[in-house]
Amino acid sequence: MSLDEPQGHLSLVLNGAKITVPADATARLSDMLRDVAGARDVKVGCNAGDCGACTVLVDGDPVCACLTAAGQVQGRRVDTQAGLVEHDDIAQRLAKSFQRHQAAQCGICTPGMMVSAVALLRTGLPLNEAVVADALGGVLCRCTGYRKIIAAILDVSSDADPQAEGSVGERTARLDGWPKVSGAERFGDDVAPADALTVRAIRSPFHRAGFTFGDLDAYRARTGLDLILTAKDIPGDNLFGVIPGFIDQPVFAVEEARYKGEAVAAVVGPAALLDTLPPFPVTWDERPANLTPAGAARAPLLHPDREANVMCRGHVARGNAVDAMKTAAHTVSGAFSTGFIEHAYIEPEAATARRVGDRIEVQCCTQAPYMNRDGLAGILGLAPENVRILPTAVGGGFGSKLDLTAQPYVALAAWILNRPVRMTYTRGESIATSTKRHPSETWMEIGADAQGRIVAARFQGTFNTGAYSSWGPTVANRVPIHASGPYLTPNYVADSVGIHTNTASSGAFRGFGVPQSSVAQEQLYDMLAEKLGIDRLEFRRMNCLQNGDPTVTGQVFDTGMGIDACFDALKPDWTRALAEAKAFNASHTTVKRGVGVAGGWYGCGNTSMSNPSTIRAGVTPGGEIVLHQGAVDIGQGSNTVITQIFAEALCVSVSQVTLVGPDTDVTPDAGKTSASRQTFITGNAARLAGEALRAQILRLGNAGTGATIAATEDGLTVSEDGETRRIALPEGTPYALEVVESYDPPTLPLDENGQGSPYAVFGTAAQMVELEVDLDLGTVKLLRFVAAHDVGRAINPTLVEGQIEGGIAQGIGLALMEEFLPGRTENLHDYLIPTIGDVPDVTSIIVESGDAHGPYGAKGLGEHCLIPTAPAVLNAIAHASGARIHHLPATPDRVRAAILAKAKT
Amino acid sequence: MLYRPESLDAALALMAEPGAVLLAGGTDVYPALRDGMPPDRMIDLTRVADLRGIALADGTWRIGGATTWTDIVKAELPPRLAGLQLAGREVGSIQIQNAGTVAGNICNASPAADGVPALMALDAAVEIAGPEGLRTLPLHTFLKGPRQTDLQPGEIVTALLIPDGPGRGAFLKLGARKYLVISIAMISAVVEIGAGKITNAAVAVGACSPVARRLTALEAQLTGATAADIPALCAKADLSDLSPITDVRASADYRGEAVPTLVARTVLTAMEAPHVA
Repeated sequence: MSLDEPQGHLSLVLNGAKITVPADATARLSDMLRDVAGARDVKVGCNAGDCGACTVLVDGDPVCACLTAAGQVQGRRVDTQAGLVEHDDIAQRLAKSFQRHQAAQCGICTPGMMVSAVALLRTGLPLNEAVVADALGGVLCRCTGYRKIIAAILDVSSDADPQAEGSVGERTARLDGWPKVSGAERFGDDVAPADALTVRAIRSPFHRAGFTFGDLDAYRARTGLDLILTAKDIPGDNLFGVIPGFIDQPVFAVEEARYKGEAVAAVVGPAALLDTLPPFPVTWDERPANLTPAGAARAPLLHPDREANVMCRGHVARGNAVDAMKTAAHTVSGAFSTGFIEHAYIEPEAATARRVGDRIEVQCCTQAPYMNRDGLAGILGLAPENVRILPTAVGGGFGSKLDLTAQPYVALAAWILNRPVRMTYTRGESIATSTKRHPSETWMEIGADAQGRIVAARFQGTFNTGAYSSWGPTVANRVPIHASGPYLTPNYVADSVGIHTNTASSGAFRGFGVPQSSVAQEQLYDMLAEKLGIDRLEFRRMNCLQNGDPTVTGQVFDTGMGIDACFDALKPDWTRALAEAKAFNASHTTVKRGVGVAGGWYGCGNTSMSNPSTIRAGVTPGGEIVLHQGAVDIGQGSNTVITQIFAEALCVSVSQVTLVGPDTDVTPDAGKTSASRQTFITGNAARLAGEALRAQILRLGNAGTGATIAATEDGLTVSEDGETRRIALPEGTPYALEVVESYDPPTLPLDENGQGSPYAVFGTAAQMVELEVDLDLGTVKLLRFVAAHDVGRAINPTLVEGQIEGGIAQGIGLALMEEFLPGRTENLHDYLIPTIGDVPDVTSIIVESGDAHGPYGAKGLGEHCLIPTAPAVLNAIAHASGARIHHLPATPDRVRAAILAKAKT
Repeated sequence: MLYRPESLDAALALMAEPGAVLLAGGTDVYPALRDGMPPDRMIDLTRVADLRGIALADGTWRIGGATTWTDIVKAELPPRLAGLQLAGREVGSIQIQNAGTVAGNICNASPAADGVPALMALDAAVEIAGPEGLRTLPLHTFLKGPRQTDLQPGEIVTALLIPDGPGRGAFLKLGARKYLVISIAMISAVVEIGAGKITNAAVAVGACSPVARRLTALEAQLTGATAADIPALCAKADLSDLSPITDVRASADYRGEAVPTLVARTVLTAMEAPHVA
């Protein structure tokens, strides 16, 4: 060892500065950098080298800091994202390019991506996509689909500045982007104070088990723990959930754990103490568990009031599907299934709580601050006003960060101990216990007349909702409304059921069940088109909904039903791709090319429910324009989109607006970041707020409606007729002028047959994919996507493209590789998500059909992006190989088995 | 405590006290901890100069145990070792290749270790230093089963020894995604060609048995074969030494069926490649 450092210290050159820090040389370098050296731009996503978020340069070479011993960098040079962007010309150019291309969405993988890219760029190798992919293959991203990251690296030599300004329709750079590309962003685990105690949950190792505790007081005294928490320590209700009537999940299980990973207790103390605890005094009594809906009717009830373990059902009926099906000239039917899908955001769940007098404050990565607030208030027995939620940056959500995870544990501990308390899930804990996409078992029959017009469709879907309800009722309700796809279906019946099993809860995941039903419906559409001898795109085009057509709930849109335009937009590429595939296949025997297409639709906002958003804005006495924007930006871009809408309505540039984020003490409830509702609903509230504030300002300035408003260093000014004058603002704290505006989309309840107007807006999409199937191995190589999306109006086209590309990447995962198996794939090397080499080129075609309700005609689009992807891939596999995949994912062994089965028939 | 010896003797001396964990790239040591505490005593081998580097002497390539996969990928090596270099490019990711070492790969003894089939096809031997001095044994003898090796307490793998020779190597990995993927199956082959026919062939299969296996019967049948003969020979190859299992990555049946296809492609790749000496 070097003699230069005091015992137990390490010296290294961190980001150009020599530092000597106290550190355990066997500790992971990532922990040392974050906790001791303060380099919190080094992100920990898996602690196993599977995600690459912690990538740093050691003497110039990229390595995973989580796999490096701190002592191994003694005397060496370590560079992290923040240091590189501060000191390195290449990294500075790269950061600008990332901003230009919006290559960071949530930003949690950005440090790993940029550090890896700097190492590549320093080699001076000629750049192309393959070289970039090889260099970045070790870093996982769950948001972007990688395409904009590749584009940003290839464009690093450009001197162009990111676009700082922009009204509605412009490619304004992310307003919250610079912290993400410079390393300054702070996520859930990054904000914990150094003196915070740590909570760790004691979780069931069995899918179902009774349990009894030993002497917890003696254990606590013996170990020196600050606190042990169990159900009896909860001052309020030991229950949380998200849907009224389905609040059924305990913070700590009582008597029986219902799934593997369920918390039964928690220990609180300094992290170093928790690392060395003796076994927790709990005795498990493993009991027979039921993991699938098939056994649920005979299994013991998970919830005594839910007969046959049925959580709830959904139903939509229109016309008479059974009778109409008998009149069909052609029918097709089939059974399909999909497995649990893990959200696999690269940022694990994290929260920090502190007690402030008789209030509790919780910093956490969340998609739903107000819902979290109300949930914690119930658990703690406090009034909601006494709970404050301060969202941090969110490193990916996709639905699972709507539900409470770490928040109750830290809040309870901080409340009882009156000390700050932190908790961050391990990757294994995150995968084992967070909500999942519902596994589905679907059956569908579709009939058409001799000309190819759909006459009827019947759908049945069984969804494994796991041990607790979470968002299961939403899936059960949404699926029957959407299972027809965006097609005119005059006779229709769809039934869904959510079943409890001894698994982690299924909840919200981008699309709420619609991607699963789409796998059945869109594959059957291909089979029906084949029977009819009609081109598959043409078949969809002739049956798709148009303005004036009733949906399966009888809702009629007079404007904005743009799926026909989406299909039309694909036509040139479709024709080209089919011809190219035909030519390719004529000269190849082992590898065959296929082309697939699918449509999709999704209703924006909550189903037949009031779901308002509120926006607050003001002008300070000094003339600063402040927007309280509570729509949590989980990477999708609401900080930018909502500000663009507000600025447009106020008629100012976005740079003149100061953003205040979602803090439940100062920013009103903009609802949940889910259901593709923020652009549409919060966007409308922002538009109303902008208009109202503009009216106040013009009235105060005695100016006409055409006047220009500007926030200047001298205060607020209005200009009209070539004359500019400063407005005398009244006193006010904090605002001289203030507006609060809300928007709630017009919906109507559904009757007993599911007829009504569940959503004010549907967004639609059509995607096609070209791919190759290796017939001998069953492997699939994706070549290209073309995606046409009707977004009504693109507030920010680059953000729209980012959503499309990211949604397609998740759809690829659903189609080809992802399946969570409880107890077996609880890490990111057994649970596979697409890497940078698995997402091909995506051409986005933005269709703008407008919308009667959306702000400036804009609709939501987050969920729509992945709905058509998986069925398009499966249809292309069938086109290439003749093999129809009914049970996902289409891994090489399943595709090969389907090819062999097809050969036998 | 992390010990960082700078000589093999110092490392061996540290090993005399039992209980220490050897560390090099950390790419297996740290993930195996899950999220737990590191062991009390670790011996970092990355500063032992003699353990890192690639050199040819007396007809044998010596690859130091702490040589990283990046070192191997970037080295100027003959076509015979091309399969090993290709395997190196498939180890995890750049981050893993920059840290992970060849000795670590074999000592971890995963049935899906990317380096093992390539090393086996090259008839690699393992050089081990211990209290009694140096010993050398064939890789297939060193690897005894999943997570089991012949390494004795107090011993350190110091090098992989590979006979130099003509021919060309190839490597194919089958996985469910492009990067950072554990193999469903993988093949490495080394072939020597004379007058358009195989004069010598070595084929090894990974991830289809507890330890990667050479297909010795097929190797014999390949001698004298032309490229046109390869698919048929591989299709009826005796694979009885393999015992593929069903796991989260693929079914046993699929593995068994994919192997002949992969072997044929790997052998053909090795045959078709230029520079076959």
